[in-house]
Amino acid sequence: MGYHRPDRVEDAFQALAQGASVIAGGTDWYPARGDGPVPQHLLDITRLPQFSGIARHDGGWRIGAATSWSAIVNADLPPAFAGLQAAGREVGSVQIQNAGTIGGNLCNASPAADGMPALLTLDAHVQLVSAKGTRRLPLAQFVTGARQTALQPGELLQAIDIPDTWAAPGTGAAFAKLGARKYLVISIAMVAAILRLNAGRVADARVAVGACSAVAQRLGALEAALQGATPDEFAARVAQAPLTGLSPIADVRGSAEYRLDAVRELLSRALMTAAEAANER
Amino acid sequence: MKDNATPPFGADPCATEFRLNGASVAVSAPPGERLSQSLRERLGTRDVKIGCNAGDCGACTVLVDGAPVCACLMPTARVAGASVETQSGLVAHDPLAQRLADSFHAHQAAQCGICTPGMMVAAMALLRAVPSPTAAQVEDALGGVLCRCTGYRKIIDAVVDAGVGGMPPQPPSTGDVGQAIPRLDGRPKLDGRERFGDDIAPADTLVLRVIRSPHHHARFRLGDLQAWQAANPWVALVLTAADIPGRNLFGVIPGFIDQPVFANDTVRFKGEAVAAVVGPADAMAQFDAGQFPITWDPLPAVLDVATATAPDAPRLHPGHEGNILCQGFVKHGDADGAMAAADVQVEGQFETSYVEHGYIEPEAGMADLVDGRLHIYGCTQAPVMDQEALAPILALPLDRIRVLPSATGGGFGSKIDISFQPFVALAALRLGRAVRITYSRQETMASTTKRHPAQISLKVGAQADGTLAAIAFEGQFNTGAYASWGPTVANRVPIHASGPYALRNYIARAQGVYTNGTPAGAFRGFGVPQSAVAQEVLFDELADKLGQDALEFRIKNALTNGTPTICGQVFQQGVGIKACLQALRPAWARLNAEAQAFNAQAGVLRRGVGVAGGWYGCGNTSLPNPSTIKAGVRADGTVVLHQGAADIGQGSNTVIPQIFARALGVDVAQIAVIDGDTDRTPDAGKTSASRQTFVTGNAARLAGEALRRLLLAQVNAADDSRIVLGTAQGTGLVVEDATGPHRLRLADLPVDAEGYVLRVQETYDPPTLPLDENGQGAPYAQYGYAAHLAMVEVDTKLGTTRVLQIVAAHDVGCAINPLLVEGQVQGGVAQGLGMALMEEYLPGRTENLHDYLMPTFGDVPPIETLIIEEPDAHGPYGAKGLGEHALIPTAPAILNAIGRATGARLRKLPVTPARLRAALKEVGHA
Repeated sequence: MGYHRPDRVEDAFQALAQGASVIAGGTDWYPARGDGPVPQHLLDITRLPQFSGIARHDGGWRIGAATSWSAIVNADLPPAFAGLQAAGREVGSVQIQNAGTIGGNLCNASPAADGMPALLTLDAHVQLVSAKGTRRLPLAQFVTGARQTALQPGELLQAIDIPDTWAAPGTGAAFAKLGARKYLVISIAMVAAILRLNAGRVADARVAVGACSAVAQRLGALEAALQGATPDEFAARVAQAPLTGLSPIADVRGSAEYRLDAVRELLSRALMTAAEAANER
Repeated sequence: MKDNATPPFGADPCATEFRLNGASVAVSAPPGERLSQSLRERLGTRDVKIGCNAGDCGACTVLVDGAPVCACLMPTARVAGASVETQSGLVAHDPLAQRLADSFHAHQAAQCGICTPGMMVAAMALLRAVPSPTAAQVEDALGGVLCRCTGYRKIIDAVVDAGVGGMPPQPPSTGDVGQAIPRLDGRPKLDGRERFGDDIAPADTLVLRVIRSPHHHARFRLGDLQAWQAANPWVALVLTAADIPGRNLFGVIPGFIDQPVFANDTVRFKGEAVAAVVGPADAMAQFDAGQFPITWDPLPAVLDVATATAPDAPRLHPGHEGNILCQGFVKHGDADGAMAAADVQVEGQFETSYVEHGYIEPEAGMADLVDGRLHIYGCTQAPVMDQEALAPILALPLDRIRVLPSATGGGFGSKIDISFQPFVALAALRLGRAVRITYSRQETMASTTKRHPAQISLKVGAQADGTLAAIAFEGQFNTGAYASWGPTVANRVPIHASGPYALRNYIARAQGVYTNGTPAGAFRGFGVPQSAVAQEVLFDELADKLGQDALEFRIKNALTNGTPTICGQVFQQGVGIKACLQALRPAWARLNAEAQAFNAQAGVLRRGVGVAGGWYGCGNTSLPNPSTIKAGVRADGTVVLHQGAADIGQGSNTVIPQIFARALGVDVAQIAVIDGDTDRTPDAGKTSASRQTFVTGNAARLAGEALRRLLLAQVNAADDSRIVLGTAQGTGLVVEDATGPHRLRLADLPVDAEGYVLRVQETYDPPTLPLDENGQGAPYAQYGYAAHLAMVEVDTKLGTTRVLQIVAAHDVGCAINPLLVEGQVQGGVAQGLGMALMEEYLPGRTENLHDYLMPTFGDVPPIETLIIEEPDAHGPYGAKGLGEHALIPTAPAILNAIGRATGARLRKLPVTPARLRAALKEVGHA
């Protein structure tokens, strides 16, 4: 029992084995308690040395799971991260961004997690650590359903790895979030896009959609359809692409039909923004 | 620091050392305790406010190592070694924060003040990083803090002007009627001293928690409470219906007192109280309400008017066939005949949603026994009504109950009804010691009153020349499980559903309908905002059909002096709607031209301008509605005003003294004011129905005039003599006339029990007449009038609406304090905007501030207020009420603007992006 904020990962595993509840930024952890009591045995992972910070390493970037959204928003990152940084600026409020973490956003596994679409477009992988060792999973395999992840008992999400796939010139990225008010809003739908232009045409593209399925989805068919397209052709290609994998629900924020309708518009706009950014380089 | 709160069970407390507002502190708290809780309850930093405990409102914003965070989402143990700054510390130590406080004061950027600590702390993080922020930077930096009173614009102005190069305005200082002085009660809201409902109780006070129904409709059986309490020895008390010494019912209107304090065996809505548990604070923090022994047997629930009025629907209250609560009716002329003869007709069915009041302060307070009397502390809009409601429940005479209102962090109608009071009162009486309660956000949303959802059928006819011919209105208002102010809504709506227009032929019927929804009660406008949506939207369609300009159509039909209202009441003066509408002409022309130019470019964004009018009768409808004001003079010459009107942010603590000072003929700063306390301030009635400036203001005027006469009579001075109070309070009193100064020999006069040598008490009751069976009579002594313009930009592909500009013309008769007028208008507009575009409370589904959306900083546009002063013969110095009026025209103006931008005519509120997009597709937008 008690509040553990270890600076050695071994101590974290021990607390975890004793049933401690893992807390990072706390911005989802506390609201999840509702009006009920707060657990009395906590493992605070924000002081663990491997869990924080943004670092360049061979072949890519590594973002510690307990890195705050503000740190990501304010970091000097390549253009491909523009969508992730834009998403970070729309996580709750400045107050939430100062405390809330990227790893917490993934582990909370909300269908409307702001970080998911951009990380999917960045081909992110997660690093999971436990007393038994380390394993690595593609992000799409880590979040398995609404409020469900592949995290095993005794395991912690340590970092997010992002490969250098998008280092080439001509790359642009964007994020678009649709909500019914300006600040502090949960998405009705959101999209992230990265593309690389070569001589004005799409050489490579990744697009992902959040809040329109239990887990945010990459749209493979649309990515393929965008190959070779000029920005003028984006809207038509988006209009014709099957939105396979999207299965929006109707809730207080909007109908399923509306979400599918709005997603195509958001996709076109995000792709245009990404293309403009790509052209600026 | 002493550990004053070792939990009776659970883990050992953690000791955490950090710097709080510059001082080293150590706190011992259970693991995982929220920083907001530790700061407030263990370290006494009660300027940190808790509005939601979920990061949705930002009221608890503090700086941790300079960065703003929500203290409700931060474990106390996390800040070990860190520096934490709160509003009170910032203002005490940082000159920049003092400048910010001055700017807030000058701009009246704090109304109720409950969000102000969060606003100021977030602003300090910005100002330290950006010395001269722009409005857009302020919006981004403060966007995580919700305000329900101000509409945000004054806060933006205040932060910008606190920056380098900004110029906080220097207000005039005598405080005479007409001067925009800062709030007299403003400073404590800006330096952290203000005490709201949850800020009264000492930290070691016992805590009460209410057990509530998880079902919309159910029977229930309580388990073995004695055994449960024995198994949980920390429990100090369990309360149920069996523990109520008096009548287990409350309500607000005689004949409609129908809500139990604790349900007996059946609950009629989700969130209804069935029991309460009292215990020490740390034990209650660990209490899981799911452990309470109770079994539920759910029953079929009727959640809307259609199902509640169906033939086979369960009947919720005996004596109310078809679940009809009551009905209001007004008939004037021959609506059927005139409608049939009208050249042009339009009709429509409209639907509005439950709207949550959304004050950032959840209900909170404390009860205690003092010298054998019950003292109730906490937030309220109606201290004397609280007293009168509690007496029969507790079986106590009125004089055994004293209500001491705290500052109230917003009310908007819901805090007229009692909520927390009977629970803590019963517990304090049983235990003989103080007991406190604070509603959770979920609890306040699930259990307190809402705006009535309405279903309206409306038909309007006109002659070809544009003269209104007839209106026929039918409305059903879902009052939820209990009556609350449902009868008032049913009565008020037919009196107002014509809008402020001249009309010879009119029929209107409004019903209140019981359902298993959350009780609906008083909310800024009492049903009139809903009926105004239908009426003003159809007026636009009628103007279009007639080929007439929407504004000129309204001006042509506007009610005027000497023309009967649809109740047959004739005002020979004071009817200001035409002046309001005419004042909009320049903005109407300019904004329409702008919209037209914008729309000339093809694109997915379309702009439009909409207009709507509104009126509202101030005070109770054809019922006695008195306010009483008392004042006294002490032997040292101090003039004391006893003003009991509850200031819930609207400004009566400033307006009433300004009126009294004018009548007495002194500067307002020279008057000592005693605010609400049922022992010390006579009944000023409830803060509702836009009545305080009008009714209590008149009582203050009468009291000031009476005291002036009394003082002058002491020295036989002439009526035009000057009363001179010492520059400091209590330094004597001089009357100056043509013959020179005469010092009053107050010390020679006998001193009464309250310490006064002279005293006055005056009552004002607005002159009204009863309504006959057709609703004809004189329901109000005065109406206030308003007309709004809205310019919107619609994203036709996404169905989103951005309001770009509001111009609001308000006839207030006489602006006692023009800055307070602007504050009311801007706050009302923001609520009207929310009602139009985003606010939809669904019982059981949106009981939090992230699923229930209210406007944020980025949603409320610049608001231009045009103050019209068409003096009213009954108002103090001509003043009229304003609170409700500010909200009424906004939603229909926005709907009309959307219609003009896109051709889509919306019939259901709120106009969410999904609803608007569907409507846009129907009218042919790709």
